[in-house]
Amino acid sequence: MVTPLISMLGITKRFPGVIANNKINLELYPGEIHALLGENGSGKSTLMSILTGLYQPTEGKILVEGKETQFSSPADAIKNGIGMVHQHFKLIESFTVAENIALSDTHGSFKLDTAQIEADIAELSSYYGLKIDPHAHVWQLGVSEKQRVEILRMLYHKSKVLILDEPTAVLTPQETRELFINLRKMADNGCAVVFISHKLNEVEELADRITVLRSGVVSGHMTKEEINRASLIKMMVGRELNTNYDRKESHTGDVVLKLEKISALGDMHTLALDNVSFKIRAGEIYGIAGVSGNGQRELAEVIAGMRLAMGGKMYFGGDDFTNKTPREKIEAGISYVPEDRLGTGLAPNLSSVDNIILKEYNGRFAEGWRIKWQAAVSAAKHTVEEFDIKQGSIYQPVKMMSGGNIQKLLLGREIAAKPKLMVVLYPVRGLDIGAIEAVHKLLLKLKEQNTAILLVSEELEEIAALADRVGVMFAGKLMGEFAVQDMDIEKIGALMAGVTEDGGEGK
Amino acid sequence: MSEDFIVSLLAAAITMGTPLLYAALGEVICERSGIINLGVEGMMLIGACVGFIAGNSFGSPWAGVAAAIAAGALLALIHAFLTVTLRANQVVSGLAVTLFGTGLSGYLGQDYVGQPAGAVFGKIALPVLSDIPVIGSILFKQDALVYISYFLVPLAAWYFYKTRSGLFLRAMGENPAAVDAAGINVFRLRYLYIIVGGALAGVAGAYLSLAYAPSWLENMTAGRGWIAVALVIFALWDPWRAMAGSYLFGGIDALGFNLQVLGLPVSGFILNMLPYIFTVLVLVLVLKRRGGRSAAPQALGLPYDREER
Ligand SMILES: Nc1ncnc2c1ncn2[C@@H]1O[C@H](COP(=O)(O)OP(=O)(O)O)[C@@H](O)[C@H]1O
Ligand SMILES: [Mg+2]
Repeated sequence: MVTPLISMLGITKRFPGVIANNKINLELYPGEIHALLGENGSGKSTLMSILTGLYQPTEGKILVEGKETQFSSPADAIKNGIGMVHQHFKLIESFTVAENIALSDTHGSFKLDTAQIEADIAELSSYYGLKIDPHAHVWQLGVSEKQRVEILRMLYHKSKVLILDEPTAVLTPQETRELFINLRKMADNGCAVVFISHKLNEVEELADRITVLRSGVVSGHMTKEEINRASLIKMMVGRELNTNYDRKESHTGDVVLKLEKISALGDMHTLALDNVSFKIRAGEIYGIAGVSGNGQRELAEVIAGMRLAMGGKMYFGGDDFTNKTPREKIEAGISYVPEDRLGTGLAPNLSSVDNIILKEYNGRFAEGWRIKWQAAVSAAKHTVEEFDIKQGSIYQPVKMMSGGNIQKLLLGREIAAKPKLMVVLYPVRGLDIGAIEAVHKLLLKLKEQNTAILLVSEELEEIAALADRVGVMFAGKLMGEFAVQDMDIEKIGALMAGVTEDGGEGK
Repeated sequence: MSEDFIVSLLAAAITMGTPLLYAALGEVICERSGIINLGVEGMMLIGACVGFIAGNSFGSPWAGVAAAIAAGALLALIHAFLTVTLRANQVVSGLAVTLFGTGLSGYLGQDYVGQPAGAVFGKIALPVLSDIPVIGSILFKQDALVYISYFLVPLAAWYFYKTRSGLFLRAMGENPAAVDAAGINVFRLRYLYIIVGGALAGVAGAYLSLAYAPSWLENMTAGRGWIAVALVIFALWDPWRAMAGSYLFGGIDALGFNLQVLGLPVSGFILNMLPYIFTVLVLVLVLKRRGGRSAAPQALGLPYDREER
């Protein structure tokens, strides 16, 4: 048997209050693609951050080609040929692609030889078909291009162990396919590739060997030959899972929201929304599919009043609501559940009670300039009970709760205000399966109460399970619209990548 | 106004701008690495005091500069330990360093207040260059520290934009996590640049007590350290712009001084306020023109902890 390139033995990592990794063993072989599968929070990123020297293990050791090696900093990992594309890219936005790649080349000459670096990048990128402009500034790049920069950087340093943390989360199905071809090419060149994912179908398609993590421990192994979906799910979740919600016949009512040719600028003052038009009726869930970063957040912000529309009209219940203030929109019954729950959604250091008051300080919890504490406390208790939120106490800072409970509190607060329209972004991102089910059921219940819902998601399965109609976004445009029965993964995938019916690129 | 008056005003602008330039350049370097140093004023005072004492004791202004560098660097080491190792709030740490430097310099300099300087940087007219009409009298009839600063600015700019270490320096202020993941020791480099910044602030102080106004007075920096901090924003964290800004402020300082000498019917207090009023105006204008956003390094002021999320 070949010696493994890397062996991680008995790795344990404790963070205050959590054991992120518990006595994990992992072996990586050259020429193989090793998938690390597990739900969010199961400890995948932590384990690989230990291998790249970013985190120090509490216990355990790492062998490189059979020899014990200390990884006390990322420099040690790089020296041993280990490269990683982190889930949150480690790029410097204001630098060019070439400068970013030069950054990790600590042994180069004192004087920067940008021309040489650019030539090297060009050569590598043509070999792997990773198109990139070395002069471009990173902030100008889309997410999939940023990922390409990260991958090129690993290749540039001739890493032997290539780790990719949830690389497909930011890719369209087509881009995913290209990535897989490249990963295979890298493995065939003798690299050990670690592919981190929580998506079963991808792991099944790509991996030679699978290690499954659950709550910080290895819950099973499998090789390509033994792959069996049912047992993989069981290793991952610890139980069977249910994604077929029983959905009531939908009775959609009047048009609640109508957008007409809405355009808006993004944070970088480039066009982020380009003539977007659609309608949502009462009791309807309208799903927006697309790779994140294609204008979804800007769309939600325009509707919620947090970003100005440059052109177009927004009608709410028949009235012109274009560019009204967030306050006016909230009072009219528009509710917004942003993607960063603990940033824009809730105030992390305040308690559940405070957070519940926060959005209605003018409404039922106010009496002139005074806050009605009793009413707020009983409302908080009611929300916690109704939505089955688990927490120490309603007076505890909300950041102490788990992601699923935070999301339930946020949704609970919004639902209690009986909105006519709810805009939700990536509502289950980062949640475990139990919490996902709970959140989905909340959304379906809201729909039954005749609320119009705009659901932005990057998971096509989620949209298929919840939405009545789907719009696909790419580069700020609405590329197409379907009834959910007519959803065709191939076609939607193509639209997500900007490829229109006639075969051209819709840019 | 005669040509002579303008030439002497511009020459004075450079003299008066030079301490600002040393301090601002140090602050640019420090802030580029992601650390705010509000201890500049304290470091300048310590530099001025220790520089004066050493200059007197050894009878050489160069000994004074060396001592000022060491003293500034030592205070900077405290700031580095607090902000990089202990990850303390950088604003609080900087203010503490300024208070400490102010107090300590007052204590150490007690016996030297009002004493004549034993060693001074005199003006040196550079051969040939100083004969160039107008420019020669402005730029090349200055003292040695001014001439050194002429080299320091292009050197810093070259280092920032053309070398690999300069790339690391700029990157650290933008995203230390990315630099760390690239295998570069963020902690060590931040120590280094904070100390370099402190050393330059020390030289700025020594310039005051050994060249500009050879003497030691308590609080003789009179807020120049704070102007240097503000200058960095005006300079958009760039060495060349820091130079331009320093001379501009030096010029306003000189103008106020000259108007006073000319006996303008304006209160001397108002004229002395000019540079500070100008600082506020410039900050408002710079921020306004950039839509409220400055070009500050993205990670400026944020402590970096590898395992923190
Ligand atoms: N830097 C950190 N500080 C504190 N807790 C952390 C940190 N990183 C991860 N954790 C915790 O460790 C667990 C595993 O997280 P992670 O490795 O990111 O999981 P995965 O990548 O599988 O989604 C989670 O409970 C997470 O909250
Ligand atoms: Mg992860």
